[in-house]
Amino acid sequence: MRVGVITFPGTLDDVDAARAVQYAGGEAVKLWHADHDLKDVDAVIVPGGFSYGDYLRCGAIARFAPVMQEVIDAARKGMPVLGICNGFQILCEAHLLPGALIRNHKLHFVCRDQWLKVENNATAWTSRYDQGAEILVPLKSGEGGYQADQSTLDELEGEGRVVFRYVGENPNGSRNDIAGITSANGRIVGLMPHPEHAIDALTGPTDDGLGMFLSLVDAVVTA
Amino acid sequence: MARVVVDVMPKPEILDPQGQAVANALPRLGFDGITSVRQGKHFELEVADDVDDATLAKIAETFLANPVIEDWVVRRVEA
Repeated sequence: MRVGVITFPGTLDDVDAARAVQYAGGEAVKLWHADHDLKDVDAVIVPGGFSYGDYLRCGAIARFAPVMQEVIDAARKGMPVLGICNGFQILCEAHLLPGALIRNHKLHFVCRDQWLKVENNATAWTSRYDQGAEILVPLKSGEGGYQADQSTLDELEGEGRVVFRYVGENPNGSRNDIAGITSANGRIVGLMPHPEHAIDALTGPTDDGLGMFLSLVDAVVTA
Repeated sequence: MARVVVDVMPKPEILDPQGQAVANALPRLGFDGITSVRQGKHFELEVADDVDDATLAKIAETFLANPVIEDWVVRRVEA
């Protein structure tokens, strides 16, 4: 099973995302922002970093990259897509996920290991977790405040589409302590924290993040 | 050629931590009486004569502003 990992100018975490895919037993396929095809991948990860220098708004320019037009088309047909950090911002700018991410409420760039609660284990990326499980993964972002209007928040909460919620003090002013959300069909997930940095206790705080990539392998293999 | 200005501002109900930080700094600098600051973006576009208002509106709505969190105004000005 092949998982595409996109690299934009300014992407940082594509190597760790590819490594996480390999740890989970998948084949990581490099996708370049200027590519017009997805190389027959079964899923795509939009990794973290500072695509196009965060100019205009985080993710606003990456959203129009040629490869993203292919991702948007494939995602609308049900292909699993994961956006991490800047990737989450890009998926929101691309309208694959609702809402937007704004500057952290205390203006500081937050870099720490962060506890999250798994609120939805029925997505393509979270089936390996127990409902309500708490996981510890790195959070490193300056514009991670999740914002959406009240009707969108009510819809997300009512449909169980909040996938991860911050545990303890809200690190960035996200509404409803939201760390990650999913699409209506549970195939697209975006989150600000970094599961790909927590797949091996040797190199991360835990291996709690690996479950997201194992979940994807399950979802694609059983499809 | 014409000059077009697009002003983009955070929606009133959206938290503006940058504007708040500016507002909080003003009294420390000795400037009193400023009760609120909102921070946005100002774009100046040099536009060919055959670009119509509908196209400019689309540029602002789909790219320069994010309608989820921002309001915007497009206006033609004297260059």
